[in-house]
Amino acid sequence: MARVSLTVNGVQYTEEVEPRLLLVHLIRDRLGLTGTHVGCDTSNCGACTLHLDGEAVKSCTVLAVQADGSEVTTIEGLGAEDDLHPLQEAFWNNHGLQCGYCTPGMIMAGADLLARNPNPSEEEVREGLSGNLCRCTGYHNIVKAVLEAAGGTQAAAGSRTAEEVTA
Amino acid sequence: MGAPGVEAAERTEPGGNGYVGRSLRRKEDPRLITGRATYVDDMVLPGMVYAAIVRSPEAHARIVSIDTTGAREHPGVHAVFTGEDLADMAAPCPMVFVPPGVEMRVPDHWPLARGKVGYVGQAVAVVLGTDKYGVVDAAEHVLVEYEPLPVVVDPEQALEDGAPLIHEEYGTNTVFEWSLAGGDVEGAFRDADVVVEKRIVNHRTAGAAIEPRGVLAEWREGKLTLFSSTQIPHICRVILSIQLGITEEKIRVVAPEVGGGFGSKLQVYGEEVLACWCARRLGRPVKWTATRSEDMQTTHHGRDQIDYVRIGAKRDGTVTGIHARIIQDCGAYHLIEGPVIPTFSACVVSGCYDFPAVRTDIVGVFTNKFTTDAIRGAGRPEATHFIELTMDALAEELGMDPLELRRRNFITEFPNPRPHGFIYDSGDYHGTLDRCLERLDLDAFRREQAELRERGIYRGVGFSTYVEICGLGPSRALGPEGWGMQGGYFESAQVRVHPTGAVTVYTGTSPHGQGHETGFAQIVADRLGLTPDVVEVIHGDTNTGPFGKNTYGSRSLAVGGEAIARAAERVQDKAKRIVAHKMEAAPEDIEVADGRFQVRGSPDKAMTLAEVAGEAYIPQDLPEDMEPGLDEVCFYDPPNFVWPFGAHACITEVDAETGRVDVVRYIAVDDCGPAINPLLIDGQIHGGIVHAVGQALYEQVVYDADGQLVTGTFVDYALPSAADVPSFETDRTETPTPTNTLGVKGVGEAATIACSPAVVSSVLDALRPLGVTSLDMPLTPMRVWQAIQAAQGGGDGPAATEQGKALDDHGSGSAGSGPASPSEGGGL
Repeated sequence: MARVSLTVNGVQYTEEVEPRLLLVHLIRDRLGLTGTHVGCDTSNCGACTLHLDGEAVKSCTVLAVQADGSEVTTIEGLGAEDDLHPLQEAFWNNHGLQCGYCTPGMIMAGADLLARNPNPSEEEVREGLSGNLCRCTGYHNIVKAVLEAAGGTQAAAGSRTAEEVTA
Repeated sequence: MGAPGVEAAERTEPGGNGYVGRSLRRKEDPRLITGRATYVDDMVLPGMVYAAIVRSPEAHARIVSIDTTGAREHPGVHAVFTGEDLADMAAPCPMVFVPPGVEMRVPDHWPLARGKVGYVGQAVAVVLGTDKYGVVDAAEHVLVEYEPLPVVVDPEQALEDGAPLIHEEYGTNTVFEWSLAGGDVEGAFRDADVVVEKRIVNHRTAGAAIEPRGVLAEWREGKLTLFSSTQIPHICRVILSIQLGITEEKIRVVAPEVGGGFGSKLQVYGEEVLACWCARRLGRPVKWTATRSEDMQTTHHGRDQIDYVRIGAKRDGTVTGIHARIIQDCGAYHLIEGPVIPTFSACVVSGCYDFPAVRTDIVGVFTNKFTTDAIRGAGRPEATHFIELTMDALAEELGMDPLELRRRNFITEFPNPRPHGFIYDSGDYHGTLDRCLERLDLDAFRREQAELRERGIYRGVGFSTYVEICGLGPSRALGPEGWGMQGGYFESAQVRVHPTGAVTVYTGTSPHGQGHETGFAQIVADRLGLTPDVVEVIHGDTNTGPFGKNTYGSRSLAVGGEAIARAAERVQDKAKRIVAHKMEAAPEDIEVADGRFQVRGSPDKAMTLAEVAGEAYIPQDLPEDMEPGLDEVCFYDPPNFVWPFGAHACITEVDAETGRVDVVRYIAVDDCGPAINPLLIDGQIHGGIVHAVGQALYEQVVYDADGQLVTGTFVDYALPSAADVPSFETDRTETPTPTNTLGVKGVGEAATIACSPAVVSSVLDALRPLGVTSLDMPLTPMRVWQAIQAAQGGGDGPAATEQGKALDDHGSGSAGSGPASPSEGGGL
């Protein structure tokens, strides 16, 4: 067993783990942060994307021991229902999700993309998200959401933005 | 075939607040965008053990022996079970398609193999233990001795004399033969001036929901609870009851958050009943979650048809008839309804055309592959694909514009009886094509195309005009007198007004991303003078609400939404009687307006729903003979199917040097009746397009000649990524169906049904100057490049029309991207 100390969403943890334990299983099964999902096991789909020391990584392909001494941010740490991150708000406004399974990873990848390139073109968004797979949305509204969150004016062609439900 | 007539339903005006038709953002989303939703694998129960399944590495073999000793001795292992241990299971997995007068071969398909295996990945043993990683280690110590048997994976070879028999007891690999015809088919081809024939392979694909399948079963206090990533919790409960011999009131099935389905979770899988059996046996909750490789092996595949199509026509383009012969690869065993899927191709073999004679002959075939069953579109994408590409070939043969050929044959009168017994409800096929062409500007494209060709750039445009059958469905027509499905296809709804006026809606449908909680709330809000945020929609739990038939076949709105509208109107009617009683008015003079129930013409005489509910639940002054409460149920069985339609146009660019295809522009004009929430419709169209683009360009489930699954991960099975597709142009026309009061059809599968022929046709249009006339999907760079070489008289033979049969002929690519060149296409 190995000892791992890390900070996740601002909370410090120290865990005894098997050296082979994947970071995503530490996050999900030990820490109970189930917003980070597993979709493919081969780092193709990106459902497990989270931020490790400020950079997006696919946590199904990182060992927990590699995260020793690191700061991790998961979707739960990005925002809450009463305090949404601008990307979360943009995904909601633009119907950027359907089943929601890829969404946390997609939002974490999108946040990383915008941190590196605050004003991307549509093509740059599409390339930047190409490591995250979605089977529901056809990507159209995901791309639109990321562009909106960037404050870009180059919204994707031919679609609409949702109204808010007002009480 | 007992296709029903069209009984026009009187369309109702919802009244109230006008939320129907608006692009409201979804009620579902806050939990999903913050990571607070609960999928099956997120759940943990006290005392829970994990299951790991030992699967066959052989495609066809007798099981000589299984030694579980090493696994049972592994630390933390509670038990290991094999097929023999499950001898007390009451029934194998059932298959519900029993067409009258048809010999249907249904081999026993047990959750754990008994005696032999028929496909790679078939479950042979299950290991249960406390540690998620430990059970996988232990499973390595289950020693299975196999005696390999000859393997057959090609369905046409499987039908040949002397082919290895998958199930020796039948003496044949034929699953069933089934035909549907109408009109004078022989005469149609006798009288035709021109007959075109095509052989079209519609290859095997995977649903590939990003959430792998998973189950969590608990047996406690003599009752069973199953949490499952399923589209059909109610149907699952019935089947668990049959298989386990436990009565239904002791079984609860819950579909919590479900991470995509696309038909692949319209199923009752062996792992569902196996987890329940193990949980009962151990007295502990049992969780199993598929790895992606397990999911690719044992979550049912789709398509896998070989279609022989003939269309006959007069010189002027008037089609005289169509005949399709479909060879359906069923795999080694059936799941819930696999063999019925190609019959849905037969339903729409007339397309949106006034074909006077139609015939479809289907033969289902056993092969040493996994089961095929419903994947988004389920038989209808295959039909649209072969109809549209054969119409293109006919236009070419006649020297006619393909759009003119389509227009000449469009159906224009509705309701329209088709020769094979169906009645199309409503449509405006010229209207959607007109709208599509307005957006496209074909003349401008043709000029651009010519200019680009001068510079060696090959662009083409392809069209698909389609109709689909959905809204399953009229139970009588689907039942023993007609189709032969063993089940009802109604939907249920309950609309419960609480004492303070908030509303809970229970639906028998079971969404997995579609947005039912929002769309259904809009329907109810308008009828009860509420805002959607106080209408909660509950689904996917057999312990709540009435028995339902769940979500598949684009049925949720046309059947489930209609049930909700009717239940809400029953609540509205009762509320009006209460208001009329209090206001001393007639019930027919009460209207829902401005969020209130008011006397028409006297807006000061009004009650809110909360006030009405107060009267209903404190029943001290109700009308004579009225029961207390404000809570209504509706079971709705539709009188007909519904028939959405549309026109799609695709522009692709082909790199003639590498064979790479890029979708440059895509226009979809669809008609699913009046919109409840246009945002949700667009979302379904976008996703449906990319699902079909994936099949057309990238995705293919490939088994090698030994029956080994070559595409067992997302490394090998190339799903499109954001970088592989453009943004889309969507538009709608709205032609109400007379079948239901909402006028709605369905949209979940429409774009997947429409899209693939438009993509292929556009590539053929691009490559016309190079002499390429035929291509089968997926249009991988290697396949396209080979077709160009063959057409140009190059040395490489055309593998283009052969089903992907070799290791080096599938669309592999890295990170979900399509292969960029032949050298990346996997092994050239």
